[in-house]
Amino acid sequence: MIHKETRKKTFFYLSATIISCFILIPFFWMILTSFKERGALMTIPIQWLPEKISFRAYQELFSIDFLFKRAIFNSIFVSGMITFITVMSAAMGAYVFAKIDFRGREKLFSLYLATMMIPGQVTMIPNYLVLKYLGLLNSFTGLMLPSIFNAFATFMLRQNMKSIPDAYIEAAELDGASQITIFFRIVLVLSKPVLATLAVITFMGAWNDYLWPLIILTERTKMTLPIGLSLLNGQYSRRYNLLMAGALISLIPILMVYAFAQKYFEQGLSIGGIKG
Amino acid sequence: MFYKKSQKITTIILFLLPSLLGLLLFSLIPIGSSLYLSLSEWDVIGGQPQFIKLENYSNILKSEEFWRVLKNTSYFITLYIPLILIVSVTVGMLLNFKYKGIAIYRTLFFIPVLTSWVAGALIWRWVLSPEYGVVNALLGYIGIKGPGWLYDKTWAMPGIVLASIWKDTGFFGLIMLAGLQGIDSTYYEAAEIDGASNWEKFRKITLPLLSPTIFFVTVISIINSFQLFPQVMVMVLERNFAPTHVFVERIYLYAFKYYKMGYATAFSWLLFLMIFIVTMLQLKLQKRWVNYDT
Repeated sequence: MIHKETRKKTFFYLSATIISCFILIPFFWMILTSFKERGALMTIPIQWLPEKISFRAYQELFSIDFLFKRAIFNSIFVSGMITFITVMSAAMGAYVFAKIDFRGREKLFSLYLATMMIPGQVTMIPNYLVLKYLGLLNSFTGLMLPSIFNAFATFMLRQNMKSIPDAYIEAAELDGASQITIFFRIVLVLSKPVLATLAVITFMGAWNDYLWPLIILTERTKMTLPIGLSLLNGQYSRRYNLLMAGALISLIPILMVYAFAQKYFEQGLSIGGIKG
Repeated sequence: MFYKKSQKITTIILFLLPSLLGLLLFSLIPIGSSLYLSLSEWDVIGGQPQFIKLENYSNILKSEEFWRVLKNTSYFITLYIPLILIVSVTVGMLLNFKYKGIAIYRTLFFIPVLTSWVAGALIWRWVLSPEYGVVNALLGYIGIKGPGWLYDKTWAMPGIVLASIWKDTGFFGLIMLAGLQGIDSTYYEAAEIDGASNWEKFRKITLPLLSPTIFFVTVISIINSFQLFPQVMVMVLERNFAPTHVFVERIYLYAFKYYKMGYATAFSWLLFLMIFIVTMLQLKLQKRWVNYDT
């Protein structure tokens, strides 16, 4: 028995070490590179540790003719707004699908779900054309507007809101509460954990989104962080210290969100897996 | 629930309005017009779409490019799927052991999931640099001369696979963990009494009972593999490099660089068709290996 337990432990520590190295080495390499001078980047054999720690890459990142600071701000703003829009619109829809009966409700809901089958690449070209027609290209409104429809978010919230007892809602109605009051004061309050989970996955998705902003935003003042980083990648493709400093900075905000909401992240991802 | 019918109708309309509008404007209408566009020739800039029936589809299927894209994607899938399954089952099992320090590993495995793909791909482009990157330096220490990775026609895709495994391990590991936690511990206790080895327990209990989760991860990650995009765009800067041409990257180029909207939408419907066929095939084949009785 003891023998078996030791073998299990060996397996544990061995594979944990291997996988950790695989995960961590690229991060260390990123951090170390970002503190190197330009001349220390391309050496044979490679220099693991910078000879002297230099903050040049960071200074340059914010001083070159490149709106990096703006990109950070844009990303925070856009991701926050997209999260708010998605959660609000989905919660409103989900409330109806969960609690207010009408003819054809289930059919309409199935239609919502059926749209999840079609990959985003199919609808992105017409979506671009619609926004072009509306004159919303190169605007945050255009970038964020499609978030008002999110079948997956509606589905997730509806499943949860179904478990709210009807009696709560009826009691509020007897007290003369309006539907808007019921929605904000009862339904949303009782759904807080799932709303938080949804908010966290949506925020992360928006923060990391690349293809959609790449299509919609072509003006440099509007770019989000992923777009900024990929432009930097094209423009300064050999200046790895600059690129790594940029990558590192882009990680900080999302790590901070994670530190505060770890529970919701992990819950969200195991549910979010269904989304595909 | 409502005193007046009109009040109920107003509520329904008010609450459904945003998502219904979105459904119409950003899903149903686009799906319809995308079907129509795929049957037309249109460059956006001048004039109206010209209806050309199935010409886009037949041109794509006749092009060498489509088959190359399919071949590259299959190459990615063949390498990626076995690796991600092995690594994520391992990670799931690690997280399931209640040893000390597990919380640290949990956070650690999760950091790449939080990293945006663009940042992750930037890191990996540098890590895989043939002369100055860490991977080849480490290989050099054990006497192996590393390949040219992203600049080499055979090794470019494996390089992208490595980066993708790095990015996705924590995510699928957590899903595997959830599956493992669903396995009734009495099975292991019974096996223990019968004197089963660790390996036997893994083969006879863990694997069969985890098979629904493994199936789920396989389906999801194959769908994701067909939609490979940011890693290719960021890691490979040379768009003419044929070994890394993949579906979404081609669709993006045709639509937004060459403005061939009809051709690009037809390409996107073929992508949908591929995903659909492969997913259906897996659902059919699952009976043979997925175990749903617990």
